[in-house]
Formats: sequence, C-alpha cells, structure tokens
Amino acid sequence: MTTSDEGGSTEGPAPRPHAGAVLAAGIVDDLRGGGAPPGPEEVLEDFVAFTRLVRNAGVPVTTDRVAAYLQALRLSDLASEVATYWAGRLTLCADPDDVVRYDHAFAAWFSADPRDQRMGRPSQPKPRVSTMAALTEPPPGTGDGDEEETPELRVAASGEEILRDRDIAELSIGEREHLKQLLALLRPAPPKRRARRRRPARRGEPDPRRTLRAALANGGEIGDLRRRARRERPRRVVLLIDVSGSMSPYADTLLRFAHVVTRRTPTAVETFTLGTRLTRVTRELRQRDPERALADAGQAIPDWSGGTRLGEVLRAFLDRWGQRGVARRAVVVVFSDGWERGGAELLGEQSARLRRLAHRVVWVNPHAGKSGYAPVQGGIAAALPHVDRLLAGHSLTTLAELLEVLRDA
Amino acid sequence: MSGTTEPRSPDDLAQALDGTGYLADDGLASAAFLALRMGRPLFCEGEPGTGKTALAQALSQALDLPLVRLQCHEGIDASQALYDWDFPRQLLHLRALEASASASHTELDVDAVESSLYDRRFLLARPVLQALQDAPCVLLVDEVDRADDEFEAFLLEVLAENSVTIPEIGVVRAETPPLVVLTSNRTREVHDALKRRCLYLWLEHPDLARETAILQRRLPELPKELAEQVAQAVHGLRGLDLLKPPGVAESIDWAQALQLIGARHLDLASATATLGAVLKYREDADRARDKLDALLAS
Repeated sequence: MTTSDEGGSTEGPAPRPHAGAVLAAGIVDDLRGGGAPPGPEEVLEDFVAFTRLVRNAGVPVTTDRVAAYLQALRLSDLASEVATYWAGRLTLCADPDDVVRYDHAFAAWFSADPRDQRMGRPSQPKPRVSTMAALTEPPPGTGDGDEEETPELRVAASGEEILRDRDIAELSIGEREHLKQLLALLRPAPPKRRARRRRPARRGEPDPRRTLRAALANGGEIGDLRRRARRERPRRVVLLIDVSGSMSPYADTLLRFAHVVTRRTPTAVETFTLGTRLTRVTRELRQRDPERALADAGQAIPDWSGGTRLGEVLRAFLDRWGQRGVARRAVVVVFSDGWERGGAELLGEQSARLRRLAHRVVWVNPHAGKSGYAPVQGGIAAALPHVDRLLAGHSLTTLAELLEVLRDA
Repeated sequence: MSGTTEPRSPDDLAQALDGTGYLADDGLASAAFLALRMGRPLFCEGEPGTGKTALAQALSQALDLPLVRLQCHEGIDASQALYDWDFPRQLLHLRALEASASASHTELDVDAVESSLYDRRFLLARPVLQALQDAPCVLLVDEVDRADDEFEAFLLEVLAENSVTIPEIGVVRAETPPLVVLTSNRTREVHDALKRRCLYLWLEHPDLARETAILQRRLPELPKELAEQVAQAVHGLRGLDLLKPPGVAESIDWAQALQLIGARHLDLASATATLGAVLKYREDADRARDKLDALLAS
C-alpha cells in the first residue's frame, strides 16, 4: 500500500481530509478489518501520504516507522485531532528537532486552510537536512574555492616538505588538492582515559572473581592470583571550528582535519562550527567518503564566512551540549582567530566555564604561527587565561603537532 | 497486565495516573497508552526535572505493577544489567559437597556436582532479567545516554526479543512483555536503531496552570496563592537564560522550603532565603537576584 499513493500525494487540488469524524469511522473500520464504507483505502493512503510529507519536511521516516504509525492510529481515537497528532509524533519523530518539523507538516496537512496545504505539498519540499535522499544529490558548490575542474598541479615529492610548512591561506588551488591527500594520510591517535570497567591483566590489583573461578576449576584449591586492571578508552574530543569570514581560508582544511580525526574514533569525536550561530556537523563528518562528508557539512552550515559572535555561540554550545556532558572530561579544541565583534567579557566568562567542564582546552589560532604575533586581540586576550595550550594551526606541520598534543592530553 | 487495570483509552490512563499524583497531559497519556498497547518501549527525552523518571514510577503505581529500575552509568555491562553467578556461594557449595563426600567416603559424581552448581538459586537476577521474570511489570532504564554504545546494542537485543538466553539454564522469556520506559538527558545521541524500536516522547516543562496543579497535588497543604506565585516565579526564572533552568522537581523543592520556613507569600525576603532550593549555580543565583524584584512583581 505504500507504493500506490502516488496520485494522492503529488497532484490534485482536492482538500486532504483532516481527521473528521466521518472519515475516522471509515479508517477505524478499515483498520480493524470491519465493514467497508466507501473508500477507506483512500483514507489509509492519505495517512501514508502524510508520512511522505513528514519525510520531505526533513524527518528521517523509515518504513518501520510508518508501520508503527499505522499501528498507533489503529489504537487511537481518530475523531480527535489531538490523538492523531500524538500518534504520529510519537512514532515518526526521534529528536526534538524532528518534533518542530513534524508540527509544521501536521499543521499543513490537517489544517482546514487550503493555502497551508499547498505550502506543505511535497512538490515544494522544505530544505532537506541530511536524509538518505540528500546524499544521492550531486554535492553542490559550497563556495570553498576548491572546485574540482581546475587542472591539478602535481607537486613533486621534494615540494611536499615545503607544502607541509606553508600557510594554508596562501596555497594555490592545485596545492590545496595535494594538501587534501596529505591530510588523509594523517594518523591521529586518540587521547585515552581510564575506564570504569576492569579487564584481566598481567599486572594490577588482584581479581577475586577470576581467582575463585580458577579455584573452582581446580577443585577449590587457590593457585595463582589472577589480576585485573582498568581498561583504557578513547577520551572524547570536541572540535569547535570558527567558520566566520576571517577564518574562511582555513575553514575547509580544518573541517577536513576534523573528518580525519572523526574517522579514527567516530563515536568519541564531536564537531561543531561557530559563526553567527552554532551548528553540529558530527553526523555529517562521520561518513567515510571525505568529499561527501565535507559537502554535507557545508550544506548544514548556514553561516559560512559570516560574522562572529564567539562568546554568544560558545555559550550556546555550553548550554545545549557542553554542560549536558559533551564537554565534560573531554579534550576541547577551539579553532579560531579570536576575533570578537562584541565585547570580550562574555567570551572570557564562557571560556572560564568551558575550562571548568573540560579536561583540557586547546586553542588553535592560525595567526599564532606567524612571526610577530601577540595575542592582544580582545577575544583571544580574554580567553587565553582559561586555555591550557595555545597552538598555531596554519600549516600541515602545525596540525600534526596538534595531533601529538591531543594524543598526550 | 491484569485485565482489570488495563486502561481503555489515553484519558483512562491519565485518570489512573492522576490518582497517583502524577498529572499527565494529552501527549504523555497517549504515549504511555500506546506504549502499553503496542508493546513498544517508551523513550523519554527532555530537560532534567521534567518528570521522566517520575512517569515510570507513576505508571507502575497506576497500573499496579512492580517497578524494576536499571540505573545506567558509564561502563555498565551485562553482568550488572542482566544476571551474574554468585561465585562465593557456588564455591561454598562445592566445598560443602566435598566435605560431605569425604566424610561418607563416597565418590563425587562430577556431572551432578556441576549441574547443581549452575542452579537457579546461585543466579543473581539483575534488573533486566528480573523484569523478564516478573513481567508484567514496568522496567525503567534510567539515563540510558550515560551507558556506552555497546550497552545500547545489547539492550536493543533484549528489548527486541523480550528474552534472555543463559547458557547454563536456558531461555528466560517474558509471557507479556514488560512496559519499558527509557529516559535520556541527551548528553549524547542515542543510536537510531534503539530509537526506532521505541515511541519517542520529548518532554517539556509544564505550563503555568499545570505546574500550579502539580505543586498543589504534591504538597496538599500548600496555599493556592503560594503555589501560583512559585509556579509564576519559576516560569520567570526559566526565561532568564540560566545555566541550569529549574525543573519541576526544583519548584516542588522550593515550595516545600517556603512552606517549612512558614512563608505565606513569595516576597523578596522569603525568596532570597530559599533561592538555594531552585538555583544550584552561583552565576544563576547572582543573575536571578538582580531580577527577583521584577519577577515577583509580575
């Protein structure tokens, strides 16, 4: 029945039925397998078509969710709009962001106002978030300045060493292509933390349980002491990348760097971009293919090369993610030149807060590697007292250094 | 589920929850009702203090079912969630068998000894197994976001099958699946596969009227006026852009604190004296104190 809803969802100005009592009686009978009043199939199709609208609104609706939705409808009082609303919201959504999108779709579909309905038609889908369908689209130009069609400049092996130390902002397009390949060769080692769980080990504290078990096998005689030690697990790494105008020459490379780090330990790395607002790009960067990951991340970031409100955005990060647990005991790396348009007090305050939550705070400033640099700009000066390390991040060599700092953090 | 207590509609269930002192709105009642009837776990997410854990407790009371609670933490594994063998007791049992055998000069039957060691009485049922054994019941998996990813996969398996296999004993299967309530504070994103099995409920702070009603329900001796004032003030505080906006639990604490110091109205003096019951950060308290006048005046 999911395949036969083409006509119902894509064309026809006939008003979609909202959950009116008459129709409700129809679908109730239909779903319960009772008598067949005229056209219950159509009503059912309409509910399935509604899930397509929800999917087009950006909620990742899968077939099993649709099945759950129909099952929930069967148990709900369809004459009540509230019940229909909740049946869908509970089964189709999986995230607070989904709830907002679902609300829009629901209002458009079940509203009596035909204008709203047209607005919500699948023929005019809202901008997609990264659904599966979005992945099949050709990656749109995100304006990073690294278009593929430029003839590639082959850099000789001897040139590689030079490239490693060059400032990324000054590279030509061909050199950037080569840098991409070099970036992919980086082998990041994640920082480690001691886990709660213990593992059998050669040395460490005595392990009573395994000792007893060995004794059991031995007829109750305790032989050698078994030992255990705490495991080590990757420590969470949080990358906060400034994508404002002043950082735009570095943003693409830094996101690539984030992708390399993410691919190494996908569940232990979180990446956010900072600009005029906060964007989480972790999910996009977890994809294996770097080009696809970058394209999707680029699409998700609404504020490329805009202004900076570093303090405010940092606070948004801490409020919504950091304090809840993402920054706790994590190694937090901030990639930013510290240009702050507003006053720097807020940035100082929030940096102090970040320092209290995180295990280590590393600030990477591309300008810090240039000769004659002094951290005197308002933003960086305010944040610096609350930072464990200030590093340069303008070249491949300095990024490799950052990886070493991360490993030892 | 015993036939007498099974609710027939979300309103029915809301009424039953109401009887236990938990005020459920439409969404909550529909969610719990559908979870019950569809046999799906209910996945509750929301700010701390929006009543996720309390929902499970209220459901167990309203449906008259035992509550089994599994508190998740980092590094939790199957032996803490599912079952474990009581090794010290097994060892003692073995020693006792040996002693009696040597006293009566008989040979021990190895197979019999081994099967007697892996007997149910040496099995320590941890929450998940206990829930499957005790079903129908309410299984609360609290703060699942604190557990590791591996644990989620394991939980998924148990929830999908409603059964646990213990190699030495066999399969433990629940006749009626337990009503599972999972809660998360969103400290990390829980895997989609787990969410897909569940009904998803996003909980928000209650509106003013509901919060007043909750306060009065929880603290029957609280004057209506004071309850309204506290609810109003807490709503104001939530709008202040605080590090940790107060939840319902905090507003109940606050009302109780006010009651204990004998305040009849929420004024500047009583509010300042009891602010520690609602706000748990120095920065928040500082910010609120500046604006307390305006908050209380509204």
